[in-house]
Amino acid sequence: MQADPKGVLTGAHFLDGDQAACEGALAAGCRFVAGYPITPSTEVVERFAARIPLVGGVFIQMEDEIASSIAIQGAVWAGQKAMTVTSGPGLSLMMEHVGFAAMTETLCVFVDVQRAGPSTGLPTLPGQGDMMQVKWGSHGDYEPIALVPSSPQECFDLMIRAFNLAETFRAPVFFMMDEVVGHMTERVVIPGASAIEVAERRLTRKKPGEYRPFEANGDLVPDMVRSGEGYRIHVTGLTHDERGYRAMTAAAHGRLVERLSNKVRANRDRLVDVREDGVDGADVVVVSYGITSRVAARAVAEARERGVRAGHLRLVIAWPFPARRVREIAARAKAFVVPELNLGQMALEVERAAGGRAVVVPVPHAGGTVHEPAAILEKILEAKG
Amino acid sequence: MSEASETSDVNHASDVNDASEELEIDLPEEIDVDNPVWPYLRKDRIPHIWCPGCGIGTTVNCFARALTDSEIDLDRVAIVSGIGCTGRVAGYLNLDSFHTTHGRAIPFATGLKLANPRLKVVVYSGDGDLFAIGGNHFVHAARRNMDLLVICVNNFTYGMTGGQMGPTTPVGAVQSTMPYGNFETPFNLPFLADACGAVYVARWTVYNVRQLGRAMKEGLEKRGFVFIEALAPCPTLYSRRNKLGDGVDQLKYYKANSVVKNGADTKEVGLSFQGEISVGKFVDRERPTWLEAMDAHYAQVFAGEYVPHGGLHGED
Ligand SMILES: Cc1ncc(C[n+]2csc(CCOP(=O)(O)OP(=O)(O)O)c2C)c(N)n1
Ligand code: SF4
Ligand SMILES: [Mg+2]
Repeated sequence: MQADPKGVLTGAHFLDGDQAACEGALAAGCRFVAGYPITPSTEVVERFAARIPLVGGVFIQMEDEIASSIAIQGAVWAGQKAMTVTSGPGLSLMMEHVGFAAMTETLCVFVDVQRAGPSTGLPTLPGQGDMMQVKWGSHGDYEPIALVPSSPQECFDLMIRAFNLAETFRAPVFFMMDEVVGHMTERVVIPGASAIEVAERRLTRKKPGEYRPFEANGDLVPDMVRSGEGYRIHVTGLTHDERGYRAMTAAAHGRLVERLSNKVRANRDRLVDVREDGVDGADVVVVSYGITSRVAARAVAEARERGVRAGHLRLVIAWPFPARRVREIAARAKAFVVPELNLGQMALEVERAAGGRAVVVPVPHAGGTVHEPAAILEKILEAKG
Repeated sequence: MSEASETSDVNHASDVNDASEELEIDLPEEIDVDNPVWPYLRKDRIPHIWCPGCGIGTTVNCFARALTDSEIDLDRVAIVSGIGCTGRVAGYLNLDSFHTTHGRAIPFATGLKLANPRLKVVVYSGDGDLFAIGGNHFVHAARRNMDLLVICVNNFTYGMTGGQMGPTTPVGAVQSTMPYGNFETPFNLPFLADACGAVYVARWTVYNVRQLGRAMKEGLEKRGFVFIEALAPCPTLYSRRNKLGDGVDQLKYYKANSVVKNGADTKEVGLSFQGEISVGKFVDRERPTWLEAMDAHYAQVFAGEYVPHGGLHGED
């Protein structure tokens, strides 16, 4: 389906990443945002609050992030596309509702503009320390999808993809920005509405009585309905059967939780998105994402100037992790260098995927600013051996 | 397993029950039950988990009667519960029903209502759910005059988890986490709701089934934030533990000690351990709902440019 032109601000603009992310959400058809102010994410909701009266929809500033992260799920069951926007401390508060979204297959987008943590940390300065939290932060097993834009243009483009993926998989989708990407201003080109493909809600064609809300299709994803249309659905965070009724057995639990995970696991190859630069034939491959990838690109260029066969693999989607691709590369390259604004999170995934076939050298940084390219270069030179 | 559930002599609805096998019973195709609630139940979910003498079921009867009397289109009613014995109401009613997370029924209901203003959204939950973990959401939804009917079954305890002290437990009552009697001051719920801006506030006990049903009907018909407190016995974890007998004894207490005080100053209607119970409709007033206020405001600010959202289905 083409985007609704009401939400599409066609043209070339100078926008920061937060504003571009908001425009991406509007273009994607998001008409409900619930949020609570927190630096460095607030500009996203401020823009939404300013734009929505002229587009048609609702912004509500809730009393906290716990409320925001469940209000959007109510809106989704009424048929809307919805998101909430936060940063580390708020994301921590939302975790129970990430699990609720996963368990009830309530498709919604959680935007996290990362700042340096833990706790209040450095509110106005960048971090990338929430990468593992979105993967493991809610109790129990679930498979999130997480996109990691590295520029304002990508904040726009990938936000549309985030909403489309949410509609497709009915899984929690995280939009993992960082303070620098959120606050840097660059040229953002927004195409015409007719050039923007947006996913529609997959509504059932069955009649009330025939429809079983948690009965999956061939792709493991059940069709949805909207509250108020006579289906008399029941939605619960308890383990449930295809009817949505609580089912308190280990067997029912296994069936449900495995299907929820398999929705994403079985589609890993379809979901994975990496951008490669000179990876084939490289001795050292830098794996990076978000703002760090822009610093890393410089380090890779400098390494090449010094004669190192260096490649760059940028994650556009961090979860699911491109394990198969990393494994392939590990069979030929000597080493991976993984700079991140945390003390080594995605580096663990690279290590797991490499499985000992190539050395993995993290370039940890607690956040607060970005890496010096020289710090990454140094590790590349070391790793080349 | 809590001590309470180990020692209680009936099968009550604590978390322990959650882990047990679903009890399978064969219900006849046609059941001859003269019960107003029957047409509203998901029959394939019966039997329910509530203990004998529990007051929650009585409130559901009243709610069913209110649905009948209000002649509301049931397809447009959504019920949202948190977690607790009362939270299970959502699962038994044959309406669009959402059993959310502990304390968060109100913000979920807020999103549901705002995204489809044609829905009548009812929040049905327990005292602990709505006023301990969910207290802040209650306060703000009332302040905003969010168009929700909030029904709180106040049994003075955390039933589901085995009878711990909660924000409405009267001073002096014994609870598993107040083994020597509660010394915390409880909330006066109607006063709280009134102070926060609710447009309709009532309290009844499950002895007053007619009045409780009527209040629920009025609540279904009223626009804005409506709060109804329904006092209901939890024989398993509250009254028996406090040597107050079972459900029937609690009803006798309600009968003997309830005083109807319509329009009373909510400041004066606080409850005490086995003391007098002020019941009645305390507040009934008008105030624009959150959506009405937003629409009116933006219509003025943006004049013809404002795009009223009206949800996916248009405003009614
Ligand atoms: C976040 C969270 N904390 C705690 C619990 C455990 N819990 C379930 S129900 C409940 C209290 C319920 O009390 P109330 O709302 O009064 O309902 P009742 O069972 O009395 O009807 C608690 C603490 C939970 N499910 N989730
Ligand atoms: S509230 Fe008390 S009596 Fe009612 S089901 Fe729960 S434990 Fe049993
Ligand atoms: Mg209770």
